[in-house]
Amino acid sequence: MTQTSPTRSASTNRLLAFLRDERFLQVLSQIVFILIIGGVGYWLTQNMLAALARQGIRLGYGFLTETAGFDIGEMMIEYSRESLFIRALQVGLLNTILVCSWGLIFSTIIGLLVGIARLSTNFIISRIAWVFIELMRNIPLLVLLVFLHGGIFLQLPRVREAIALPGSVYLSNRGLTIPWLTLTPAFSIQVPELQGFNFSGGLTLSPEFSALLIGLSIYTGGFIGEVVRAGIQAVSKGQTEAARALGLSWWQTLRLIILPQAMRVIIPPLTSQYLNLTKNSTLAVAIGYPDLLSISNTISNQTGRSIEMISIIMAIYLSISLVTSAILNWYNSKVRLVER
Amino acid sequence: MNKKVIAVLLSLAIFATACGSGTPQTVEVTRVVEVTKVVVATAAAPAATVAPAATAAPAPAAAGFGETLKKVKARGKLVCGVTDQVPGFGFLDKGTGAYTGFDVDFCKAIAAAVFNDTTKIEYRAVNAEQRFPALQSGEIDVLIRNTTWTLTRDTDNTANFVATTFYDGQGIMVPTKLKVSKLADLKGATICVQKGTTTELNLADQMAANKVDYKPLVMDTADAAIAAYEANRCDAFTTDKSGLISRISTLKAPADTVIMDVTLSKEPLGPMVRHGDDQWYDIVQWTVFTTFIAEEFGVTSANVDDVKAKDTRPEVKRLTGADANAKMGAKLGLENDFAFNIIKKVGNYAEIYDRNLGPKTKTSIPRGLNNLYTNGGVLYAPPFR
Repeated sequence: MTQTSPTRSASTNRLLAFLRDERFLQVLSQIVFILIIGGVGYWLTQNMLAALARQGIRLGYGFLTETAGFDIGEMMIEYSRESLFIRALQVGLLNTILVCSWGLIFSTIIGLLVGIARLSTNFIISRIAWVFIELMRNIPLLVLLVFLHGGIFLQLPRVREAIALPGSVYLSNRGLTIPWLTLTPAFSIQVPELQGFNFSGGLTLSPEFSALLIGLSIYTGGFIGEVVRAGIQAVSKGQTEAARALGLSWWQTLRLIILPQAMRVIIPPLTSQYLNLTKNSTLAVAIGYPDLLSISNTISNQTGRSIEMISIIMAIYLSISLVTSAILNWYNSKVRLVER
Repeated sequence: MNKKVIAVLLSLAIFATACGSGTPQTVEVTRVVEVTKVVVATAAAPAATVAPAATAAPAPAAAGFGETLKKVKARGKLVCGVTDQVPGFGFLDKGTGAYTGFDVDFCKAIAAAVFNDTTKIEYRAVNAEQRFPALQSGEIDVLIRNTTWTLTRDTDNTANFVATTFYDGQGIMVPTKLKVSKLADLKGATICVQKGTTTELNLADQMAANKVDYKPLVMDTADAAIAAYEANRCDAFTTDKSGLISRISTLKAPADTVIMDVTLSKEPLGPMVRHGDDQWYDIVQWTVFTTFIAEEFGVTSANVDDVKAKDTRPEVKRLTGADANAKMGAKLGLENDFAFNIIKKVGNYAEIYDRNLGPKTKTSIPRGLNNLYTNGGVLYAPPFR
């Protein structure tokens, strides 16, 4: 006896309805996807651990509490060769944050100026800005840094023949030395003096720091210039015309009407450029500035713990980048267009 | 829709079982225990007693035993980690593209022992930071790159030092016109040093011990550090004395620089191999010892054929392979005339030294400690038996 149509029990019908439900399938496919990714990650980790075990390499972070044994050239906090590796990493982190914060400030200023200049009606100014932007976008950063360091800063006169500028400011190939506040022995301004091999007293901006800061600022400034130009051009021309009709000057138009609206378009790519600057600061290794990556490499080489050190470096740079983008995203949400 | 869901669930189940069965590492773990045991034992005993253990080789041998030689032979060439920036030790002639140097010659000696052909080598120039990860990961088979023997490198870097081929010390070079003669004169100076080397640590140690304040300038590569020194960015440059001598020869004004008469540390330099393969360790070690023994008995690349035919001293006969019954090479996994090939193709220690660091070269260094123990030096090889 053939049946013309299959009859199913009520429970089978319910099950089929459940399995065919779109929401169930969405959840199931997400679970499957997570399991696949997790499975691949698990397999890769097991592979790595097995390979390490085969070679007798142990993993562990205990080595960070051993004595560093090496000296660092520039530091913002107390450090000596008897400090621990952790201290050395802190010195590197502070050096990186120092360069990155000043770099962010300078590159934003340069980027804003260059972007606005690029849109100027003055032929010469807009051409100069165009040349600057094209140069900065096409020269590799490493080449720029090596040129600034080796070709400009190291070619300055030697310490004994330093250029003396008014106000006890000295310029030599050991850096720019300026008088600076000092807290010991008494709160006063210390004037640098040439003693033996170097200047003592005052603040010296080493050629490595200067080359890195200037290189990063102008390189990223070129990119930010284009981002700013894109933002300004995204604001409709009607706004400018209305502002001029109201009698606002060019500068007032820019400051009160154009830039606030352009910010919405500028912030996301600007975040990317800031993160690029932070990551590009690791090129300090090539010119001898003791930033985080440089010191981590030294530790990794002296202790042989490459995998642990790479994980630390990745975690730190990831944190710096996440903090930067979190701040900028918060600012972005504040300047967002709120539809009424 | 039904069938799609079942298909997805089935593939998931297959994947899960595949993951589950991917645990051969439990087997690996037990092998690791064996490796550490064997390595500890050989570290305690002198090299000569490893030879009988090697002949008892087969199944229970440590994981990794024999693997390097097998890999090298299968590849058909030796991958040797060297430097290309230190004339006299490892230098790449940009005109001809050929590597020359003291360390490079020991690479050639190992290739002669394994292949009887010194051209079957791929040289990889590694800098001070890359050298240990490259060795650990298996990218290079042996690292011969004027590397100093230290405890941390013997352990944390999971590598073994084979034998010292060059006894050196760390020195500092300064411009002559500074008239600096002792460490205390360098107070407040900026000193260039290469990153990731024992020179960084030794400099810090010695300056602290002598209570001298200084500023280090740490550069990535030796070339960058020398460029900074020549630009007077730093007042002095420090590295092993052999490195200083070879670097002075590359300066624009060699006469303006002088090496200070201070020695900051002991720097025994030699080849390094990975942990875990005792056979490869023995091969590299006995290649080095062959060159010492050949000099001890006066066998050179010029007279080795004659010596093989005519010399009657038993150790020399074993060395040149004239004694057919003493299967020295087989104990190492090599041909029995491996020592003969080394001496013929590369020479003995004196020839290697003279070719690269001898009085007729630009990087001439007096032999000093690097002489046979019978000649006032410390080169002493175990007997070839």
